[in-house]
Amino acid sequence: MSSDHHHGGPLIDCDVHLPTPTVDQLGPYLSEHWREYIATAGFKGSMAVTSTHPPGARSSGHERLDGGFAEAMRNVRRHCLGESESARAVVSAHYGVETMGPPDFSTALSRAVNDWMLTACRDTDERLLASINVPPQYPDLAAEEIDRLAGDDRVVQVFVPARTSKPYGNRIYYPLLAAAERNGLPLGIHFGGMSWNPPTGVGWPSYYIEEYVGMAHVMQAQLSSLVFEGAFQRFPRLRVTVLEGGWTWLPSLMWRLDKEWKGIRREVPWVEEPPSTYLRRHVKLSIQPIDAPPDGPEVMTTIDQIGSDDVLMYASDFPHEHLSDPLALLDRLAPETASKVAYGNAAACYGVPSAPEPQESVR
Amino acid sequence: MKRYVVCQTHELPPGTRRIVDIDGRSIGVFNVDGEYYALRNTCPHQGAALCTGSLLGEVRSPCPGEYRYDGSRKLLQCPWHGWEFDLTTGQSWFDPARTRVRPYDVTVESGRSIAAGREGVVPGPYVAETLPVTVDDDYIVVTP
Amino acid sequence: MVQSPPETSPRTDSRRTARSRTGPIVDCDMHNYMSWTSSGLSRGGVLADYLPDRWRDYYTTFGMRTPNSIAFFPTRPRNMAARDDTWPEDGPPGSDLGLMREQHLDLWGISAGILNPIDQILMGSQFPYYSAALTSALNNWTLEQWLEPEPRLYASICVPYEDAELAAAEIHRLADHPRFVQVLMNARTREPLGSRKYWKIYEAAAEHDIPLSIHVGGAGGNPITGAGFPSYYIEDHSGYPQVYQAHVISLVCEGVFEEFPTLRWVMQEGGFAWIPWLCWRLDRAWHLLGTEVPHLKELPSTYVKRHFWYTTQPIEEPERPGQFAELLGQLEELQVVDRLLFSTDYPHWDFDAPDRALPREMPKETRHKVLAGNAAALYGLEIDDVL
Repeated sequence: MSSDHHHGGPLIDCDVHLPTPTVDQLGPYLSEHWREYIATAGFKGSMAVTSTHPPGARSSGHERLDGGFAEAMRNVRRHCLGESESARAVVSAHYGVETMGPPDFSTALSRAVNDWMLTACRDTDERLLASINVPPQYPDLAAEEIDRLAGDDRVVQVFVPARTSKPYGNRIYYPLLAAAERNGLPLGIHFGGMSWNPPTGVGWPSYYIEEYVGMAHVMQAQLSSLVFEGAFQRFPRLRVTVLEGGWTWLPSLMWRLDKEWKGIRREVPWVEEPPSTYLRRHVKLSIQPIDAPPDGPEVMTTIDQIGSDDVLMYASDFPHEHLSDPLALLDRLAPETASKVAYGNAAACYGVPSAPEPQESVR
Repeated sequence: MKRYVVCQTHELPPGTRRIVDIDGRSIGVFNVDGEYYALRNTCPHQGAALCTGSLLGEVRSPCPGEYRYDGSRKLLQCPWHGWEFDLTTGQSWFDPARTRVRPYDVTVESGRSIAAGREGVVPGPYVAETLPVTVDDDYIVVTP
Repeated sequence: MVQSPPETSPRTDSRRTARSRTGPIVDCDMHNYMSWTSSGLSRGGVLADYLPDRWRDYYTTFGMRTPNSIAFFPTRPRNMAARDDTWPEDGPPGSDLGLMREQHLDLWGISAGILNPIDQILMGSQFPYYSAALTSALNNWTLEQWLEPEPRLYASICVPYEDAELAAAEIHRLADHPRFVQVLMNARTREPLGSRKYWKIYEAAAEHDIPLSIHVGGAGGNPITGAGFPSYYIEDHSGYPQVYQAHVISLVCEGVFEEFPTLRWVMQEGGFAWIPWLCWRLDRAWHLLGTEVPHLKELPSTYVKRHFWYTTQPIEEPERPGQFAELLGQLEELQVVDRLLFSTDYPHWDFDAPDRALPREMPKETRHKVLAGNAAALYGLEIDDVL
């Protein structure tokens, strides 16, 4: 956390990544049966993890997690929490369970990663909060895992990947969406994942950079689905966060969805308000990465077009690298907006008590 | 205020509509189950001939999978982009306060009262002076 | 006797003569539609008359494979996605030249219109030789039945685009015809358009210096979003900008414009409000991950500025009018304003009216360019009074 920024208030960093646990680290959290299953299969972890964040790509920032688990956790504390007592960081450990066929194995791995992650949070810093893994391809099993852990105060979000074989508004996900809603946890749709279909609507791209850039249109498809298929009517207290998927695309999406709705809303009559209204009320987006020129007027124009101070949330996306500086963005916002983006919006989203008034001292 | 005789009532039976030009404005006159309605025949969006669109019941839904169809409410759907307007008020479904099309009063009056020269009634757009009104018939009158 | 007041026919209602108010109009996306047969609903008919014996037999025996969104979304809002008022006496909207003249070309005073035959949307789903025969038949029909009788009309060349060699052959056959002005592919392809699988099409287009275009439609066999299959037509229809985003990303990142530096692409019916943020995102990603694509010699946005044009329909409708001006300002920065081409999409339901679709926030001079000048320049059309 660099000290040359002006925003003096505390931060909630809503997108922080722990190092992926090894199968050995997960051992204590798996039954004897699954430990033997893993050993005999030669399983070393899900391919979906490196597919989402390739091992040597600059965007992955893996070197910031090198040096072993303890060192990685020190880095998380230093980069994402700083000194402020009010600071919080929402951590996740994507394990790629979404790409696995066997329902019970993907569930067992979700549970193990979650228990490992919660232990790591407890042992590292009480200001760490957790975004838990579930197998979204098996919504009823996902719901069981949510119900199992929602009572833990550290658990503040359900982590699901952007790439799916059906978008999250589809009725097959109702058990998952219902569990998120009844436990007051937002559905955190995060960059990446590995479903069984291509990451575009027109087949497989060749390069990673295409998938990286294209994740913005996958996120748009997810939000369109949630709105039009009626998830927010069926689950009125459901909240969704878009993590590491960009956000400067939001105004153009809102305009398109509102326009379509005016003309053909009869097909989806449960959408009783303009789609942009649902998006502003139910969805929050993490500000890292920032897809706009760093110093130009574009970013401020886009924020104005979003039309609400309540939807953006600060994130460092540690350890990932995006060549954009979210703290610098906070500095450009009006103080009241900056404080909401830095803390207030995430505090409301994750049920964190309000922070004390911003102070001029260093964090 | 001028008022216009559109036609005899039997010429606009239930379930039909007629689009007429009144004072240079295109207006759609509807008979829905014996009730008469008139709206400006121009969609406020991109100018389509709104009154040529379909008349549909209202569809609402409290949540996915449940459909509440109310055939008693009549929504006029623009033949181009599908915007829906309440036939009785001209208000759009999606933004009733700000996106509207102008409604007009429609009344049925006897030929006798028209022939008696009730003030302001112009007997028929464009053909006023040649329109014979018979006292024993009823007429549809639009007030722009 | 009571005389009826004059009724107005919706089709001949000449409530305005747009040209007098707007200046010349080039409609860069309008549709002719062959017949019901092409929808796979019946056999025989017009298309059969244009096929050689071998393929006429095949067509009348086996019909066409129809895995398109019409089948998946039976609830297309109404009217096979057409305007209510565009139905001829018999046949589907877009099948009657007389009606097209009366209610479109004449009514609006359109100087030139570019036809994208609707039947093309099934061509990517047929096997290669069959698709080649069908697209040739379609092009011959368009030439004889539309271009020859109506001098205001131009057309796109339909090609069997999932087989690049056969598609290139059709381009060689027709690209130098003065009334065929671009090569037509559909948005929902089997692979993103940067794929080498399509490069022979680009080679042929470059050889003839004819623009390429994609238009809404098609069925490549993939779920239609990167998140899988949605359930409703409104998601299909509102999701097209995302398909175009995927194609622009692919065409740029896979190096198509390094290989074919003169290519011109027209993105039809995919919107244009997403261009600014996509350029910003591409450029940042290139700084971050450019080592993966060393064949890209320039910033991605440079290729976007140089190689893409966009039709305007369905026009962007921001929440507040001033936001359209903001969008235009961003497009100006990216040199895209001279690449916007007015289009109506006649006879479809999401039609844009020439006198009403372009918002007031678009300055008069820009409006004239968008309505006609940009298209005249791109396609080399000679239109009277073009600025």
